[in-house]
Amino acid sequence: MVEKRGAGLWLAHALMIIGVLIIAFPIWLAFVASTVTQPEIVRPPMPLWPGDQLIENYTAALFSGVNVPVATMLFNSLVMAIGIAVGKIIISLLSAFAIVYFRFPGRNLFFWLIFLTLMLPVEVRIVPTFEVVAGFGMLNSYSGLIFPLIASATATFLFRQFFLTIPDELAEAARVDGAKPMRFFVDIVVPMSRTNIAALFVILFIYGWNQYLWPLLITTDPEMNTIVMGIKQMFPSGDDVAEWPVIMATSILAMIPPVIVVISMQRLFIRGLVDSEK
Amino acid sequence: MEKRVTFRGWLLPLLLIAPQVIISAVFFFYPAGQAIWQSLFIPDPFGLSSQFVGLGNFEFLLTDKFYRASFVTTAVFSILVTLCSMIPALFLAVLADRLIKGSGVYRTLLIWPYAVAPAVAGVLWLFMFNTRVGVVSWYLGQLGYDWNHVLNGNEAMGLVVVASAWGRISYNFLFFFAALQAVPRSVIEAAAIDGAHFWRRFFTIVLPLLSPTTFFLLVVNIVYAFFETFGVIHTITSGGPQQATTILVYKVFSDGFVGQDLGSSSAQSVILLIVVGLLTVVQFKYIEKRVHY
Repeated sequence: MVEKRGAGLWLAHALMIIGVLIIAFPIWLAFVASTVTQPEIVRPPMPLWPGDQLIENYTAALFSGVNVPVATMLFNSLVMAIGIAVGKIIISLLSAFAIVYFRFPGRNLFFWLIFLTLMLPVEVRIVPTFEVVAGFGMLNSYSGLIFPLIASATATFLFRQFFLTIPDELAEAARVDGAKPMRFFVDIVVPMSRTNIAALFVILFIYGWNQYLWPLLITTDPEMNTIVMGIKQMFPSGDDVAEWPVIMATSILAMIPPVIVVISMQRLFIRGLVDSEK
Repeated sequence: MEKRVTFRGWLLPLLLIAPQVIISAVFFFYPAGQAIWQSLFIPDPFGLSSQFVGLGNFEFLLTDKFYRASFVTTAVFSILVTLCSMIPALFLAVLADRLIKGSGVYRTLLIWPYAVAPAVAGVLWLFMFNTRVGVVSWYLGQLGYDWNHVLNGNEAMGLVVVASAWGRISYNFLFFFAALQAVPRSVIEAAAIDGAHFWRRFFTIVLPLLSPTTFFLLVVNIVYAFFETFGVIHTITSGGPQQATTILVYKVFSDGFVGQDLGSSSAQSVILLIVVGLLTVVQFKYIEKRVHY
């Protein structure tokens, strides 16, 4: 056996725990800051153990916030994240089905066009994309937040790879039975893909929730801010002192939904991560 | 790879593929084309007309000392982020791999920082190192070190690197851990019987077997540092002090939206486009290699 026993094992556990503590420290500190009063923070050093202001600070953040109630921003983020995840999954399922199960004119061309979009994150083409969205009058709207970010090919490729592994016999049987392609798609292909769909949903939800630059550009109205970009807007300009407890409560609120998704769907999350990088 | 059995018809597949093609055309190909087109012009200050300058914008950029400085900054930043996120991740993964019990618990405890948005990570680290209220900067002050990332470019760089690398440790840990679990036990045990101690086994057997994963993570982390760290930079330093943390993506934003210099910003977009293209090619080459392997 090569596994360590005795002292070596304890050392490994101890180092592991130290590593976990170091990595969790920034979040612990943010949590502590969200439970104390402003004067406790601005007179350093701040306490390292939670105070008794938890309910007050979170209520203040959720229902009044700094520019806009955080509840509004949470709702906007939720719409954006779900919109991106669902939108991407639907259009990719459809186009992957078309590419795998049909021979039609222009199939290769479309395939390569979609393939090209793999290469360009929104950060690289922000100015012209902004102009397009402004031209459609989609600034400060959910469609403006969602549509430019669902133009990506990763999901299409994943589904294509998966569809190629579905046994041909199934399609053959469906054809012999006289089933229309869409019937086959809805009754066979989609149910068979549900694990992939779920894994992808986890990854895309986090991707959408954590977007920063794009919402920063197109939501000038505080009512449309998402929570991840809204935190920065809560810092005062100039020399005013930031309302740290409220800002830190907002930061905690901003990480709760994606963290819950990752932890509760850990296996799907890891699968999605590995799949989408392949 | 192709399907043997397919359905007939051409209208239905075109309808199925239409949503993705239309969205890609409107929000992807048209803007990318615009970026290339605009990079050849200099608009007048009122945005009424623009003058064709050919490759003038590129020529200007490549000789501009701020742009060159931004290239160097980006290189330093992405190398540091990659190292600072991969080395601790590998260390933790090796530890977790040696534990028979509890590695699942540690995995759960380690993966969730991945879910924290870069911009939120920026706020957390800014809070710890804030010059007025930060806990870490206060204790550093007690030790006699005067931390001020608002004025000191190196400290600003250090802070954005750590804040960017922090969430990535989880990601790299997952991949290293999975790769370590896949290393055949028999090989390790054979080496152990031959008398190779732990570190020797690690460097001569485990690390070479990890090289596909390591290379993959190198590319992915560099791409991350290039393109997904905007939130960290914007929340912590806004590119300062004196552009010490202005990476290329941040410069596209600040020149295009803050400075309103559309020609230059578009030319920068095109240069980034080429960089992404090269990185993607490297990534695909690697995937091909892995398929052979």
